[in-house]
Amino acid sequence: MDRDFLIISTICFLAAVVRTGVALRAGVFRPGRFNFLAIGLGFVFQTAFLSIRGHALGRCPLTNLFEVFIFLAWSVALIYMLVGPAYRLSLMGAFTAPLVVVLQGFALIAPIDVRHPVKLPANPLLEFHASVSLVAYGVFALACIAGVMYLVQERQLKTHHLRSIFYHLPPLTDLFAAITRLLWWGFGLYTLGIVSGFFTGHPLPRVQVVAAVGVWLLYATILQGRHLRWLAPKRVAALCIIGFSTALTLLWGITFSAQMHSVP
Amino acid sequence: MNLFCVGLSHHTANVETRERFTGNTSAEGTLRAAGCAEALVLATCNRVEVYGASDKRVSTDEIARCLLQKSELDEVSRGGALPFYRYEAERCVQHLFRVASGLDSMVVGETEILGQTKKAYHSARASGAVGPCLHRLFQRAFRVAKQVRTHTEITRGSVSVGSVAVDLAEKIFGELGNCTVLVLGAGETSERTARAFISRGVSDLRVSNRSDNRAQELAQRIGGQAVQFDEWPRQCREIDILVTSTSSEAPLLTPINLGPMLANRIDRPLFIIDIAVPRDVDPAVNEMEGVYLYDIDALRSVAEQSLAVRRQQVASAEAIIAEHVADFLEKVSHELNRTSRIAGHAAVADSSLRASQL
Repeated sequence: MDRDFLIISTICFLAAVVRTGVALRAGVFRPGRFNFLAIGLGFVFQTAFLSIRGHALGRCPLTNLFEVFIFLAWSVALIYMLVGPAYRLSLMGAFTAPLVVVLQGFALIAPIDVRHPVKLPANPLLEFHASVSLVAYGVFALACIAGVMYLVQERQLKTHHLRSIFYHLPPLTDLFAAITRLLWWGFGLYTLGIVSGFFTGHPLPRVQVVAAVGVWLLYATILQGRHLRWLAPKRVAALCIIGFSTALTLLWGITFSAQMHSVP
Repeated sequence: MNLFCVGLSHHTANVETRERFTGNTSAEGTLRAAGCAEALVLATCNRVEVYGASDKRVSTDEIARCLLQKSELDEVSRGGALPFYRYEAERCVQHLFRVASGLDSMVVGETEILGQTKKAYHSARASGAVGPCLHRLFQRAFRVAKQVRTHTEITRGSVSVGSVAVDLAEKIFGELGNCTVLVLGAGETSERTARAFISRGVSDLRVSNRSDNRAQELAQRIGGQAVQFDEWPRQCREIDILVTSTSSEAPLLTPINLGPMLANRIDRPLFIIDIAVPRDVDPAVNEMEGVYLYDIDALRSVAEQSLAVRRQQVASAEAIIAEHVADFLEKVSHELNRTSRIAGHAAVADSSLRASQL
């Protein structure tokens, strides 16, 4: 039953992707209400899925890789809905929807929804650590999307070949301001997630700590480079993409290995 | 009631002919006196058109005469046939929808015409020259124009070099109010481009030229600040937008001399508009990080891309218009039938009343 909600949610996001694709192909792209509504509806079904799963588990639904991916997709949609309209980045929806479709599509297709043989007890601090860290990943995902938008815009300006989407992308300086703010927000939340991890009462696996500190250092370097002005905006945008890809790969690796170890 | 449109435009008449028909401020009153139940004059620099509704046909010559000022009457009538077109009923509706949507404009997709049409409508309505027929027709025309603008890309991009430059600057910096612009060269093109930037909110505009006097004159005319010519490389460290249009034979800016100027502005882009021929800026400058160089050909190419997209969108716009024309005419005929039925019933009721009275 809960997976049905997830399938409907994925279809909603897919509708936004298809509509954007068709519009771009026809050269008449226009960010409209449809994308925002489709993403909003998809978000409602995601929330319904997480709520049902959470009630069934009696805790925050972050017990396997499948749930981690869905929670991450939910964070991405949530941050988009908070940030997109506020920074007038309505076009971000056109870039957000494909990422959510990939995350949810992968989670639905891959055999990763492995239930724990024993019901895990509720641990509010552990759940706080995991959920805050994943929301931070959601913010980094949005920074990555803004980075893609920046590079698309920059490329078109450099080559003088302006496509339909160019006219709907925000100005370069606005995009860069959004990237910077998202990086700071993500970095703050991620730091909170890491620090709270040390107070969960559970011993933390060394691999997880090393990977988390590695991601933290990567984003700290990007922010330092931005702050001290030795990284140009284009490089910051590119590093946001590299940073999120690395973080996602590590997240997958860590959760997957943790899941493998926990299954008897 | 017959709907009609009589007029001349940039398609059929030159500016000398058009301007003869634009000065008569009392034309709508004269048209009504000539037999038009409703009349509206749309006069812009590219067209003079009369939209009217009348029970009996009012000839094109009669309408043309109503548009003329008295002093012009004899002169024009001596000149022979006038290049007026006339559209009736369905074609009149279609023509107005095309005009309001910018499809009949000199620059396809321009939006100024919609504002001019609205202004003409409000002025005619205020003077009582517009009745229910034209009211409904023009309200629908405004709706059609809005729909065409929303559902097609007919108004996308700019189609003149000056506005392309300003649009691109907005795509880089967003609001231009906080941007600093340096104009190198004090010729006509520099002035036009500078004015385009001022019209979009630029307040810090500096002008530099080999002749200081000319720089000062231009700065005074446009409300900018004159800068000595040997000072401009230093200015490049502070500015956001550089417009160059000098008559220099060799490039003024190359990656070698621009490099040091960009040293402390890694997070601030520099937009260079080189409208000089021969060019003032080495094209290799565009390869530098954070620098966006557009020469006159690049600007023209962007303008042409926009125009090409607009032309591609004409078919979609025509389809929207055709749908509205059919719907409008159907609603009008439906209403006419209903009115005539009511009138018929009233006549029957009237005769029965008379019969009962007898």
